[in-house]
Parts: sequence; structure tokens; C-alpha cells
Amino acid sequence: MEKITFEQLQEEIYHEKMTNGLEVYILPKKGFNKSFATFTTKYGSIDNHFVPLGKENYAKVPDGIAHFLEHKLFEKEDGDVFQQFSKQGASANAFTSFTRTAYLFSSTSDFDLNLKTLVDFVQDPYFSDKTVEKEKGIIGQEIKMYDDNPDWRLYFGTIENMYHNHPVKIDIAGTVESIADITKDLLYECYETFYHPSNMLLFIVGPVEPEEIMEKIRNNQEGKEFQPPREINRKFETEPSDVAMKDRTLHMSVQTPKIMLGIKSADLNLSGQELLKKELTVSILLEMLLGKSSPLHEELYTNGLIDQTFSYDFTQENGFGFALIGGDTKHPDELTAKLKQILFEAKTGKGISEESMKRVIKKRIGLFLRSLNSPEYIANQFTRYAFNDMNLFDVVPVLEQIEFNDVKVTTEKLIEEKFITVCQVLPK
Amino acid sequence: MGISLDTIKKNPGYSLHIVKTAQYKTNTLVFKMKAPLKSETATYRSLLPYILQSNTATYKTTPTLRSYLDELYGASFYVDVAKKGEYQVISFIFEIANEKFLHDSEPLLEKGIAFLAEVLFNPKKDGESFDVGTFNNEKRSLQQRIQSIYDDKMRYATTRLVEVMCEEEPYGIDALGDIESLDNITAESMYSYYKQALAKDEMDVYVIGDINEIEVQKLFNQHFKLPNREPARMNSVQKKVNEVKEKIEEMDVKQGKLNIGYRTYIVYGDPDYYALQVFNGIFGGFSHSKLFINVREKASLAYYAASRLESHKGLLMVMSGIESAKYNQAVDIIHEQMKEMKQGNFSDEELSQTKAVIKNQLLETVDSARGLVEILYHNVVSGYAVSLEEWLKKTEAITKEEIIAVAQKVELDTIYFMKGTEV
Repeated sequence: MEKITFEQLQEEIYHEKMTNGLEVYILPKKGFNKSFATFTTKYGSIDNHFVPLGKENYAKVPDGIAHFLEHKLFEKEDGDVFQQFSKQGASANAFTSFTRTAYLFSSTSDFDLNLKTLVDFVQDPYFSDKTVEKEKGIIGQEIKMYDDNPDWRLYFGTIENMYHNHPVKIDIAGTVESIADITKDLLYECYETFYHPSNMLLFIVGPVEPEEIMEKIRNNQEGKEFQPPREINRKFETEPSDVAMKDRTLHMSVQTPKIMLGIKSADLNLSGQELLKKELTVSILLEMLLGKSSPLHEELYTNGLIDQTFSYDFTQENGFGFALIGGDTKHPDELTAKLKQILFEAKTGKGISEESMKRVIKKRIGLFLRSLNSPEYIANQFTRYAFNDMNLFDVVPVLEQIEFNDVKVTTEKLIEEKFITVCQVLPK
Repeated sequence: MGISLDTIKKNPGYSLHIVKTAQYKTNTLVFKMKAPLKSETATYRSLLPYILQSNTATYKTTPTLRSYLDELYGASFYVDVAKKGEYQVISFIFEIANEKFLHDSEPLLEKGIAFLAEVLFNPKKDGESFDVGTFNNEKRSLQQRIQSIYDDKMRYATTRLVEVMCEEEPYGIDALGDIESLDNITAESMYSYYKQALAKDEMDVYVIGDINEIEVQKLFNQHFKLPNREPARMNSVQKKVNEVKEKIEEMDVKQGKLNIGYRTYIVYGDPDYYALQVFNGIFGGFSHSKLFINVREKASLAYYAASRLESHKGLLMVMSGIESAKYNQAVDIIHEQMKEMKQGNFSDEELSQTKAVIKNQLLETVDSARGLVEILYHNVVSGYAVSLEEWLKKTEAITKEEIIAVAQKVELDTIYFMKGTEV
């Protein structure tokens, strides 16, 4: 077990790689009631084309299967794991993203027992034809719930606009039609391929004794048998760098129109510190241009083009990345034109300066400190970063390294007409 | 167990609640203003904090105000308006890094308190009126915020249930206010309401973090000068159910939204409130509850099927998203679960499971500074001082008989269904 100390932040992390390949991290947090653990596989909605374990050829699986598997893993022959957790006073949950499936619980007592329940249930699948069929009704309603949500439709509409082939454009839950094709055997095939310990990470944060917990995990893992680790072959079709569609309009039962402008990111082969630096640099750029401290934000607000729902974000992982900017607006076309103008003028230096960059970096450092109050944030973000060979605790040092020239270079590369798309939700 | 409780100091015009803890890397300041929920003032109260947070006499524009916050290591500052029983509560929430985790150590807390005072007491104004430009921006913004309730159909269905169920009670008023009243508010009338609220509202300030209590008290004496007051109290109206209402509205939705309201006649501070909490936990509060198991897991009708309490009004609300054609089946299953509760058909295991989860939930909530403030504020709203330890102890002691007794009090009031047009 190694110990990594972050002095300024007064935090330390304990790490060990188990012999079966599982990565385990423990961050002790004194003074908290709550302990929190996430058990995550590097397997999400985009992993729909791969060589299944024990097979030789690539195969495609139905859209939404990673999320379906997440639901079904909670069900065992003798009942539901949710029940088990609540008997032990814990609250459990799970989520599926584009690239990860995470199982988690939080508890204020019986941590060791709850941790064992978490690790054991994820490592012991039980799927039957009957329960798979029953789940289709439940997930069908989950899909329809999102169908009625204009913000979700806008978000996926924008991503769909950006991508020609990449599976990031597929809704994480799939469709009622696509999940109809899911079977027990397909679930086992995905499970065996992606839930090997060497493809997973366990993160624990809370008022715990790291040595003791690590010992228990070691014993637990050594008591189970796994195949030797094997490389997972995923296939992604070539994705052109330009957007697939320049615009799209959805009509829904809303009173206020919504728009989202997407910028499709290029140079997608980054990982580690380079990726971290790019994510942070683009975030700084967006904050400088469009944050509440920016005169451009003030202008948009005063002119009635945006309201409090206005937001922006940038994310990138191996193979895809995008910035999303938008919100509710009474003037969707005017806002679209204005946002494009702001973005292109940034390439000439308008709206950005070294001084505002420094201020924004200060703000981001404070934001990072604040987020360290949240065990959920630490566990989820640490895992996402680790899967991309980044370290969450590098955020502050990397922020401090960013220079104004980095922002200029990034702006130059990011903002091009062919990378930009717009999606609108308008009243019917 | 490490439960932090607040030290309360009664200062002229407001109470200062201090919680000293080394748990966080930040210090949190929350300022709360409370007044009875009334249709004449609801929209004023919903608009007020958004005007105040935009700018001040010193920080004349939003960019200058926000740049100042960025300089304070990205202090987070936002406002909120909520309904707590039949009160409308305005909150100003300010969170700032604790300087001991930063390379340079400016006295950030002091700046934070001064900033909060500036926002509250030194707005940008023009004589006896708020600055008209600021006022107009926020008026338009609120109009969109009110309209957007309709756009999120899950939220809209919840709002409709409350409107239908409580149409004759203050609780039926939305905390955001309404468009018609908003149209009639001017920058002058808004300013005059602000003066009134400052003089009459019940005010509470919470300071949470690794702080020096004496110093905090001194800083507040310096920056917060308010007149004494006798805050208005509201006795929650307990309306009897004469006839069960059923309201079905057709909307352009793919999924029907089913919301059901019950009256419990029990509010926070009542002796049987703890039993009501456990009742709700067994009935629909969690993923082991009867609603989740029977509506979702067994019948496969829904993705979500849950219940929650409005603790200061004594209401129990069920919500679920279902296929429109399955309305009758879903309502039958929910009624059946309520019947089971009334007849005491729940196991000792369901009881102990629920207690364990409630305890966990409470302890988790107080792990975040915001959560802690919300728990402590229950005492202000209800006028009862309940400590967290007491809450935990009383919950632990609840018996099956007490839950059955509570169940007898629960009465169905209104079924609201937002039905899809496709069926």
C-alpha cells in the first residue's frame, strides 16, 4: 500500500493495486459521519462494439445495455440488494455515463459490512429471463420520463448534431425498441467482458482506518477466483472532425424556448496531464467570456437574451469531447448569433485578458477547495480522472501552470465554424 | 457521534447561529428572512433576493460584484426562495474558502461578512426606488422562471397537485409567485416592500466553519445593525377533508404523471412527528418502501414511485410516472399500500430497516454545511427546539403501534393525474 500526501490541502490518499488488477484508493476524512464508496467499471454507453470475452470477433450489442446491466445487477436470486443495504442502514445507488458504470453507497454505520455487500454484489451477477423482461417496463418508463424533459432532449439533441458515428450520440438508456433486444445471455457477455477487476476501481472516502480496510479488501479479493486480466478490444468507427448537423429544432410543450450551442472538440488523443490541462484551459476560456463576471454576460442578460438558467461546460474523454453553452431564451436566433459572435471574436482577443484569466484561475482554485467538502464529488471525479490517467489532486498545480498563451492557442484550435452546432427547443 | 449544534445569540433584530467545526475546507454563511406566505407579498419576496444579489451601491454592476467574489477565491454566492409550511423563506447563501488552505492568507471570513451586509443593506438605488435597469432585468428573469415550471412536466404536476389540493389555503401559493402580481410590481413598490421586509421579517444568520466565535460575534455587531421586531407567526391551517378530489388534465406528455396528496394533521414538533417520518419511510420514502417494491419492482409500472412529507404543513405527497393507460392500476396499488399501512401490515424488518435508513439520512445531511443549516432551521420555523440527538433517539424508539396510530390519521385528499394525449 502506498500513501500519497497533498500537503497544502491537508489530505492523504492510500492506494494499492490488488493481484487481480483491481485498483483501490482510500481517502480518510476525519470529522465526517458519512463514509462513501464507489465501485466503478470503465464501461459505459459508448462501449457497444467490442470483442466479447472468450470470442474472437467484434460484436455489436443493443443500445442501452450498459445501463440495463446496471439496473439488473442489483437483483439477486434471493432478492434485491437495495433491501440488503437499507437493512444495514446504508443508502445505495448506481449510475451509467458515457464511459463508466458506478455502484455506490453511503452509510454512517456498519461501513465494513456495507463495503463487503457492495463488492460482493457487483462481483456476483445473477440474470434471469423473467427479471430481464420485467425490467424492460421499468426502464421503458425511465426513458419516457427523460423524453418529457426538454433540457435532456436539448442536451442529447446537441450531441447528436455533433457526431456522425461515435456512440456518444446514443442516449445512455437506449430506446424502448433497442432494449427490447436485450437478453440474459447478452448481459452476461457484457458483464464478463467489462467487469473484470482489472477494468475496475474502488474508491473509499470517509472516517475510516485505511490499513484495516485495505486488508479486508485484499482478503475479500484473494478469496475469489478470476480469469487472468486480458486486454479489452473496443472498436470505434472513424469520426470526422466536423459536426454532423449544423442545427436542429425540436418542438415540445414548453413556454420558453431553449437553445444549446455545441463545440465539437478536436485533438482527442490526449490523456493524463495534457488532457487535464486542456479541460481546465477551455473551462477558463468559457468562464472568462461567459461567466457572471464578464461584461459580455452582462450584455446578454441586460438585453434579455439569457436568464439564470444560462450555463456552459466542457468535457473531454478519450475519443470525444465538447463544449455546451445555452439556456432558456425568448430570442433563440438572436442568442445563437450573439454567442457565435462572442466565440469568434475571442480569437481576435476580445473578451479575454491575462488579468481576467488570473481572476478566473483564483476562482477555480476556490471552487476546487469547496468541492473537496463533498465525498461524492471526490469519489466520482477521482475515478473519472483515474480512468483517463489524470489525477484529481493535480487540478490546483495544473491551474497554476496555465499561461495566457495557452488560452490563446486553445481558443484558436477550438473555435471553428465546422465544429459548431446549435439545437433549439421551441414551443409547439 | 460528532453532531454539531448551534450556539444561538439573540442580537437586536436577528439571531446569530454559530457552529464551530473543523470538518470543512470552507466557511459557510447563510442569511434567512422569513414571513408568512401571502398572495399579496409572495411575488415581491420571490423577486427581492434576485435584485439584491445583482449589484450594490458599491459594486454597481454584476460583473464588478462577481469579479470581487472571484478575487475572494471564487466565493460562492447564491439566493433561494422556498416554502416552509405556510412561511416563505428567502435565503442568501455564501461560501468562502478557509484561508488556511491557501498560499496567501487574507482574512476571507471578515470580507465575506462585510460583503453579505453590503448586499443586504446597501443596494443600488435611486431615491426611494431600486435601480430601474436592475429591477427590469430581474423582473423579466423571474417571469421566465415562473413560466419554466410549466416546461418541466414532473415539477409542473407537483405544483398542480398543491394548487388543486390547497386552493383555499396559503400553502396553495407557489413560492415563486405569479405572473399577474409580477406585472404590477414597480421598482418603487419593490423598494418599499424591501424596507418593510427588513424591518419586520424574522431573521436568522448561520455561520459554519473553523471559526472564532467571539470574532464572528464582533464582526456581526459591526456590520449587522437591525431594529428589534416581533416576527409574525403563522399557525398552520389544518383543513379537514370533506370530499376526495380527483383532477385529470390532458397534456402533451409521453408519460403520465401521477401525484397524490394526503393530509396527516401532524407537523414538525408534534409528539407523533417521529412516527410519521417512519410511517413515510415504510410507505414510500426509500427504495425498500412499499411504493417502490409494489409499483415499480412487482408491477413494473414505473421508474419512480415515492412519497415525501411537507413537515411544516403536515402533508404527504406521492409521485410516480406511469403509462397513461395504467392509471387505474397504479392508483389501486397505491391505495392498497396505504391500506396495508393502516392495518399494520408491515414487518419488524421493514420497521428496523426504515429506522436505520432515516438515521443514516439525518447523519449524512448534517455532513454538509447546507444540510446542517436546513436541519437547524426546522427549529426556527416550528418554534420547537429539537436537537439532532433527540431526533435520533425518538426515531429509534418508535413502535409499530405508534405507526399504526399515525396511519389512522392520514387522509386522502387529492389525486392529480397529468395524462398523455396519445391514449
